[in-house]
This record gives sequence, C-alpha cells and structure tokens, in this order.
Amino acid sequence: MTFAEKLITPGFDHRHLLGIEGLTAAEITYLLDLADGYVELNRRAGGKRDILDGLTVINLFFESSTRTRTSFELAAKRLGADVVNMSIAWSSIKKGETLLDTAMTLNAMHPDVLVVRHPDSGAVKLLSEKIKGSVINAGDGSHEHPTQALLDALTIRRRRGHLEGLLVAICGDISHSRVARSNIHLLATMGARVRVIAPPTLLPSKIEALGVEAFIDMKKGLEGCDIVMMLRLQTERMRGTFVPSTREYFRFFGLDRDKLQVAKPDALIMHPGPMNRGVEIDSELADDINRSVIREQVEMGVAVRMACLEALTAGLRQGEAET
Amino acid sequence: MTGSTPKHRTAYVGARLLDPASGLDSPGAVLVEDGRISDLGPELFTADVPEGIEVVDCGGQCLAPGLVDMRVQLREPGEEHKEDFDSASRAAAAGGVTTMVALPNTEPVVDDVAGVEFVARRAREVKLVKIFTYGSVTVGLEGREMTEFGLLSDYGALGFTDALQAVADAQVMRRALAYARVFDRPILQHPAEPSLSGGAMNGGELATRLGLSGVPAVAEVMMVERDLRLVELTGGRYHASHVSTAATVEVIRRAKARGLPVTADTAPHYFILNENAVGDYRTFAKVSPPLRSESDRQAVADGLADGTIDAIASDHAPHDQESKRLPFAGAEPGIVGLESLLALSLELSHKGAIGLLDLLRRLTLGPAEILGLKAGRLAKGAPADLVLFDAERPWRIDPDSFLSKSKNSPFEGHPVQGQVLTTVVDGRRIFDWDAA
Repeated sequence: MTFAEKLITPGFDHRHLLGIEGLTAAEITYLLDLADGYVELNRRAGGKRDILDGLTVINLFFESSTRTRTSFELAAKRLGADVVNMSIAWSSIKKGETLLDTAMTLNAMHPDVLVVRHPDSGAVKLLSEKIKGSVINAGDGSHEHPTQALLDALTIRRRRGHLEGLLVAICGDISHSRVARSNIHLLATMGARVRVIAPPTLLPSKIEALGVEAFIDMKKGLEGCDIVMMLRLQTERMRGTFVPSTREYFRFFGLDRDKLQVAKPDALIMHPGPMNRGVEIDSELADDINRSVIREQVEMGVAVRMACLEALTAGLRQGEAET
Repeated sequence: MTGSTPKHRTAYVGARLLDPASGLDSPGAVLVEDGRISDLGPELFTADVPEGIEVVDCGGQCLAPGLVDMRVQLREPGEEHKEDFDSASRAAAAGGVTTMVALPNTEPVVDDVAGVEFVARRAREVKLVKIFTYGSVTVGLEGREMTEFGLLSDYGALGFTDALQAVADAQVMRRALAYARVFDRPILQHPAEPSLSGGAMNGGELATRLGLSGVPAVAEVMMVERDLRLVELTGGRYHASHVSTAATVEVIRRAKARGLPVTADTAPHYFILNENAVGDYRTFAKVSPPLRSESDRQAVADGLADGTIDAIASDHAPHDQESKRLPFAGAEPGIVGLESLLALSLELSHKGAIGLLDLLRRLTLGPAEILGLKAGRLAKGAPADLVLFDAERPWRIDPDSFLSKSKNSPFEGHPVQGQVLTTVVDGRRIFDWDAA
C-alpha cells in the first residue's frame, strides 16, 4: 500500500491523540504499521516527505523536555511542516495568563497541530477542548504519554514480531508515571500480559483494576518475563519520603544481572530515558547491546511521531486534496 | 578424621515442663546438647541419666522457655551512666530474660546499618543474653524521612519504631506501613497523639488535685484508631506498644476480630498499678504513657487474659537519680523492669486471671512470633534458652539490689511470688540464684 492509499481509508478517526485509553487494537495497529514505514524512510539518507507542507505544528511544552520535544520537531520537519517551539515555564503562566488564555492566543495563530506537554494531569484535554486544530498529548502530569507507549510497542513488535501473549514487567515509580499508564493501556489492549513491580509506596491504589498484576518483590515479578521496562526514579521521590535512599532502591528494585536472571534469557531491557544509572538500572546492563534496546526506542520515537502527525492531519490533507 | 569435640550435654530433670507453643505442662526433663534442646518430655530420663551427661535437678520447679523481652532501653551508646550492654545483660539474666530487643533511641539513633551492627557486635562481646534491635522508622527520630528498612532488615533489625514518640504524620506512617511490607517487618508505634501528650501524668482527679498537667486517655486510642485505618489501607503489620487504656484494648480487640494484622504489648506497671501510685509526686511512678485509672488497669489485665494483648514487655527504662530527683513535671519518665518482669507478671496467674501457660506465652512465644524470632519454645532442635523458676517463692522487690545500673522502680517493697533460679542461653548457664 502506498501512503496515498492509506489516506483514503484512515484507520485513525480522531481529531486528537490525548491518550491510549480508549483506542482500539485496530487503531493502535494502524499507527504502528504507519510508523514502521517511517522507520525505513528515516534510515534512507535524505528521507523526507512533504505531506505536511504548508501546515504548522506548534510544540507547546509547559514542562521542559529536550528529547521529546526534539523528537517531535524532527518528526514534523521531516514531513515538511513549519515548526514552532514554545517552552513556557508553568509558574510564569500562573502569574497572569491562564491555560485557556494561552489556548485563545494560539487559536489566533491557526496552528494545525499542537503538541502539548503539561505537568498537570488532564491539562492537555482541557486545552484540546478549546483548540481548533489537532492536539497530541506529549505527556500530561502522571496521566498519559501516548507516543511513548506507541514507540515502546513498535520497538517490541519489531524485535519480537508481535505483542500478543508477551509477558511485560514495568518497574519503578508507577504511581507518578504517565509512561506506565499509557503502556499498561496499550499492552493490555494488544493482548500482552503486564506486571508492575514497585515498592508499595510507589504503587497507585487499585492498579490491578487496569488489568495488571502488581508485585512488591522484584525477583518474583521478573520471573519468566519477555520484556523488562524500567522507569526513571525522580530524585525528589528518593529522599526518604517514598523510598529511603537510592542505594536501598537499587538493592531491592534496581535492575541488575542478579535480578534479571529470573527473566527469560533473551528478555529485552527498555527505558524511556533519561536513565539514572545505578539507581533503577545497573549502568553496565543499560549498555549491554545484547539485552538493552534503549537506543532503538529513541529511533522508534521519531518514526512514531511522524505516523501520529500523518494520521491526525489526514482529514486536513484530504480536504486539500479535494480542492 | 581425628577426635571430634565431645558434645556438652546437660539433663534438666525433675522439672515442671511448661511450653506455651505445644501446650505442654507436665513433669519431665530436657536434654541440652551443644546449645540446643535435643530431647524433652515426660518420658525422658524416667530412669537414671546415662554417663557423660551433666545432671541438673530442678526440684519440681517450673522450666520454661527463656523470656523474650521485646521492649528494652539499653542506653548504649550515649547514656552509659544509666545502663550499658553489660549491666543490662546481667539484669536480664537475673530476670530470666534470654532475648531482649532494644529500642533505637540511643545516641546516635539506630537509623542506619552501622547502628544495627553495633548492637550485634556488643551483644557478641558481652556474650550473655541474646540482644536484637529495632531500627527507627524515621531518620534521627525526626518523624519525616524513612530509614532504609531493607538494608536495616538485612543486617538484623527486627522491626521499626520511633521509640518514645509516635510517628505523628499520617502520610509518613502510611508509607512506613506500606514499605515495611516488602521486608515483612512490623511497625511498632508508641501510640500517643503528641499534641495531647505533653502532660506529666494521667489526666483526671489526681492530676487536678496535684496541679499537674494531664494526658487524657483518649490521646492513646486516637492514635491507634488512626493507625488502624492506615493498616487497613496498606495491609502493613502494626504493633501497639505499652497499651495502657481500656479504650485501646477494645479497639484492638475489634480490629483483631476483623482480621487486621495488629498486635500489642503492655508492661507490668500497666496491669498492676494505677495512677494512685503517683501519690505524693513519686517520680518513680512517672512513666510514658502514664499510669492510668483503675478501670484502665483492669481492662489491660483482661486484655492480656483474653489474648487481645499478645505480649508483656518490661519497657525497661533506666534512669539515674539526677533524672528522677526533680519536680514531677521535669522528671524523666520510665521504670526499670528486666529483673521484676517475671515476678510481677506472675501476679496475674496467681490471682487466677490467666493460666500459667498462657501467661508464659505472653512472655515468650507471643513476642517471638510477632518478631519472627526462633525463640520462646521448648522443642527439639530449638536453642536451649531456658528459665527455671520457683513460681511460688515469695520475696519483696528491692531495687537497690538490682543488677541494673539504675534503680528507678516504684515497686520497692512490693511483695511478689516467683523467683528465677537458673537462666540458660544456648545451653550456657548465665545466672544461678544460689550462686548470686
């Protein structure tokens, strides 16, 4: 199928991409298939398409993040869009303009796609209700980070050929992790079995209701796993409130060879980055090219974001094609 | 292989064997080999004891597992003038206590691995009774940051407590209860709402007459009720220390009926004395929580009898004269209790409030089970930690003759029945009444 043929039968019929929760397996598969094509394109020297030529993408980041923002910027530029980066310190926003004021201001600039990251759960949805264009959630609080889950899924699918039936362990600060939540929704929808592993102080209440098995003993949780996904532990959490110290965390909940042993011998190690070496993951393991696919995840990230931009702008471009 | 070391074997014969775990209460004997109980029972050594075995004639006296005192303050490091590992161990031996668990409120606080290792090393050096420690729940006992429960547990901490003060912040307590689940350790709380616990004695008529600020009884149950909600939320194991009021006993009774993982202990002064012991500003009766009303005292005794309270712990709190010879409000709270623990506790069984075997359970198996210790049992293969005592022999408590460095006890002259005759740890006899 050519890209043009894919436009006519859109497999993603939403104006926004706010989260994975609520997407069907077919929709997820559609996005992954699209992204697959972009992985190949990106590997070709000079690979570029102009499908977003004339469209404006604004990266609206209320929370700093160089890597995600850069990934979105690259994705949009490779599709020929005009890209504007706006980094807004959320604190200064509070002094005057509200989030909705920002939305009104932006609407006046007619952005076609807004990529938004915000420290508060639900803030991106609020914005999306007021924006005329399409909104992609680049991470809202502890709620969702859909493109991360998609790139994680793509990484797994390309390595293993499928997602269904795999045993995936997500380890770390589940409580505060949007990456965990989006991944849980995606993997469960695609038929994978998901475990979360964390000290009880970092497990949210009733997490099992999301369709996962919770473990407070890391070795038990890692038994027989195909995929081990490590999450970053933020320093603020480490100082005696949720977890007494980094060395204790690493001893009982960090990924090292001893704990990894109980997983499948070819189990893959993933991490959304940036890593705290020696805290959640043994430094040497992170670099082990036979086990760690952390660098691949980054590569998949650009492809996935290109796919999302294409899928969300299908309607716009369809309209243009007809004129 | 050339000659192996001959096993040291001792037979304790003619004893009344008492083992709460199995319900054994019968005449019989115990054979100790290389520090362990290798055999016991009514059938053992009914004929003569074979050659090569040392014989100790127990004269029909009670032979029970050595006492496990789960709440003692050893004052070392930091206040060695009040007590140290040596004096406390000798006091324990005299009291029939073969295992004691120290609170972490020393100087420095036992809030890191070095502190736990210190206790283990000193216990090995003194080599009398077995000494374990708790880790503190919070760093420096400041009530804010959790200590490294995992590493401390690995090095031997049996549980976590902030000792003489409550973990007051609900979020801190919640996280502590949740986190401790990973390592299967209990959180032991000094249950007293701090903002209500500044008083010098129990709030009530006597405090009013004496012009002393009072701690209302509710200060204790409020904290226990709050904590039990957190237990329900987190599934963590909780232990209420030194229960002193009827209200608390009732709340714990109901919580246990609902299957919550809660345990409790109390000290002899809470089921023997009431606030009247304060009398004329007697600072030896100043203790935290304070001695309570007569109905509280009775409820605590009842709680022990029906098993709502799982353990009796001395809450041994040595203080020197300087700390006690002050106007009541300024005096340090605390009572020494290692040497009077058994005799005072026996009052309950002598009065018929509880059977002897059940009483001994509160002093041995009960605390051992709470802390996951291999102690408190007379069983084949168990360590030979024993106490031989005369349950009937009357004497009067005389703090001046205590082996402890400190003598702060309100029980001077108090008549008791029950005398420790011999204390054995890992097969070694560390106390003999006749030799003393």
